[in-house]
Amino acid sequence: MNSVNDRSRDIGEFIPAEDDDMIICRCEEITKGEIRRAVHDGMFTLTEIRRYLRTGMGLCQGQTCSKLVKGIVAKELGVSPAELEPATSRVPMRPIEMYIFANEAKEGEADE
Amino acid sequence: MDTRIKNHPILGEPEKGRVVTFTFDGKEIQGYEGEPIAAALKAAGVMVHRYTKKEHRPRGIFCAIGRCTDCVMVVDGKPNIRTCVTPLAEGMKVQTQYGVSAEPFDKQK
Amino acid sequence: MKRYDLIIVGAGPSGLSAAIEAAKRGLKVVVFDENEKPGGQLFKQIHKFFGSKEHKAKIRGFVIGQQLLDEADKVGVKVVLNATVIGLYQDKEIVVKIGEEVRHFKGDAVIIATGAAENMVTFDGWTLPGVIGAGAAQTMMNLHGVKPGQKILMLGSGNVGLVVSFQLLQCGCEVVALVDAAPKIGGYGVHAAKVARTGVPFYLSHTIVKAEGDECVEGVTIAEVDDHFQFIPGTEKHFDVDTICLAVGLSPMSQLLKMAGCQMEDNPKRGGQVPICDEYGRTSLPGVFVAGDVSGIEEASSAMIEGRMAGVAASEYLGYIGKEECDTELSELDKALDGLRQGMFAPKNKGKQITETEEGIPISENLLKYGFVADDEIENYPGVTHKVGIHPVMECTQNIPCNPCQDACPKGCISIGANIVSLPVVVEGSECINCGMCVASCSGQAIFLVDEDCKDGTAEVTIPYEFLPLPKVGTKGVALGRNGQKVCEAEVVNIKSIKAYDRTNLLTMKVPKDYAMAARFFKEA
Repeated sequence: MNSVNDRSRDIGEFIPAEDDDMIICRCEEITKGEIRRAVHDGMFTLTEIRRYLRTGMGLCQGQTCSKLVKGIVAKELGVSPAELEPATSRVPMRPIEMYIFANEAKEGEADE
Repeated sequence: MDTRIKNHPILGEPEKGRVVTFTFDGKEIQGYEGEPIAAALKAAGVMVHRYTKKEHRPRGIFCAIGRCTDCVMVVDGKPNIRTCVTPLAEGMKVQTQYGVSAEPFDKQK
Repeated sequence: MKRYDLIIVGAGPSGLSAAIEAAKRGLKVVVFDENEKPGGQLFKQIHKFFGSKEHKAKIRGFVIGQQLLDEADKVGVKVVLNATVIGLYQDKEIVVKIGEEVRHFKGDAVIIATGAAENMVTFDGWTLPGVIGAGAAQTMMNLHGVKPGQKILMLGSGNVGLVVSFQLLQCGCEVVALVDAAPKIGGYGVHAAKVARTGVPFYLSHTIVKAEGDECVEGVTIAEVDDHFQFIPGTEKHFDVDTICLAVGLSPMSQLLKMAGCQMEDNPKRGGQVPICDEYGRTSLPGVFVAGDVSGIEEASSAMIEGRMAGVAASEYLGYIGKEECDTELSELDKALDGLRQGMFAPKNKGKQITETEEGIPISENLLKYGFVADDEIENYPGVTHKVGIHPVMECTQNIPCNPCQDACPKGCISIGANIVSLPVVVEGSECINCGMCVASCSGQAIFLVDEDCKDGTAEVTIPYEFLPLPKVGTKGVALGRNGQKVCEAEVVNIKSIKAYDRTNLLTMKVPKDYAMAARFFKEA
């Protein structure tokens, strides 16, 4: 895992490709080219890609694009997708409205 | 349009609630109470549910189980309602969503 | 916060099976499911399952689903629907969104049975309305009674792609093509054969170039790919479609386990990110178990057994049963699970090139590439024999664990034997009484009743028929061969639909006698 994060590693230049304008993150409308460019900007982990581009932060919270993004980043880094740590999983695992998130049922109140 | 399956070789005749009327972008459409709004729209031949915020591209049903959020529309004034898992009710007002609003893009600020 | 002995996330086949085992042993169980209805993917499956009697073979998926629900209800399992679990913590606390509130629960043990989600494949135009997942097609057709489209292209030839293609045909859609970038069909040969004989063309080593249309899908272009999955120029083919269905694999939805701190691994053989666990579902976190597709993509039948194992293991963990009882139960369940994991498509054989059946008969290459066994290959298989008078012809050509045909025949005409992956054979000296039970009981719809010579220049072929409208006796039409092309004229001479056939109608057609071994489907003129 350490070798993947080694930023001094030379992964070569960004070479434009024909399918760079393919939409990958459907919710945030982020293209393959943008993801590949982000890797060359120094984003070597999926958590960083997510924070840099917002892939996986849209309405579906990464349900649709995660595996695709992983494959693209892995290819750009020249590693197998299995070697990349997936982006951090944290609550809430599903999209949730703020007012519901803030509405924690109190102890001792009506049973479910 | 024979999009509704009236008799299925294995499942027989579908069990549906009562017929209700709702509006889609002002047009009156009929559907069955309790079925997903997306099913009623599909039966009526509607393919486009929304246009995306950045590129204004059309989107419709994709996963049909409430996970991909591509089918979201403005329902009774609220945006981002997943039409494939939201049950239809009498008199619902369903509108094409532009970005996150029911207003077409050229009318948005 | 409310405390339960066992909290199960997911009310699909594995979750419900686990709940039943635990509740039977006295545990206080609750199952949370984010959907409106329980049963996971089971209620969308309208085909008869494979396996043996203990694996619920020959029973339709949605019927198994209802049986599970009834059993869960009987033993007092509490199922909470529309309850989305949004977090799982190391100390087995879970956070659930129910209605407009977020609630916390504590489990002494937790079983995660959240199943899997569909994979994606990108191509020019993949975001257009009209491009849907195969699961979406099933949901629309089988749960909501709405056709997903009129003319459909299916991408993916695994069992999901094959089964959903057949279901699309059953609800009246036209499947214009079944496409897969791989050189061989990934799912069962019999599933492919069911689809191919209706005339659907298979395009292996092809994939989608572009989905066309402005506001929604209006057409699609596919092209052949080489060994490196690059398009071969000049091989483009165009189809007018309004729907493109994607069936390109499943990935476990294991994020809750990762969040809780379970040791995970990326295992391509199991579908991706899975928790590291033992064969009974125990993860690296004591008291946290897994079952079903979330621990490795397989099938509903294996999911149910894995669920039962996790339920038993959790019961032992909490002290409701002793270690000895637990070990005995688990070893029984292990045997049942092992029974399913045999044959050509067994997990242990994944990726292997299998060229012969266990009997030493060459696997039909034509079947793997085009979806049907060629006329000059079909007689290689032990189920295909010639006899005077009506006799069963079993076009079952791959080793899969399945044997309902053996038990179906009241006269003992069919034998598979002790090893349930063996190909079925026609028993020497047996007398067929034309009851049709074998035809109806074959989940792969691969058994036909044939009278090769009716003494008037004709033959009669009885086929399983699960479509509407059901042709009437006397209807004239054409017989299609295994390849889905017209082979001869045909006339319907009998239609039999009885309760014992469980919604599989038997259609008998009269054809010129030369086509007795070729005619395998009927189409009205």
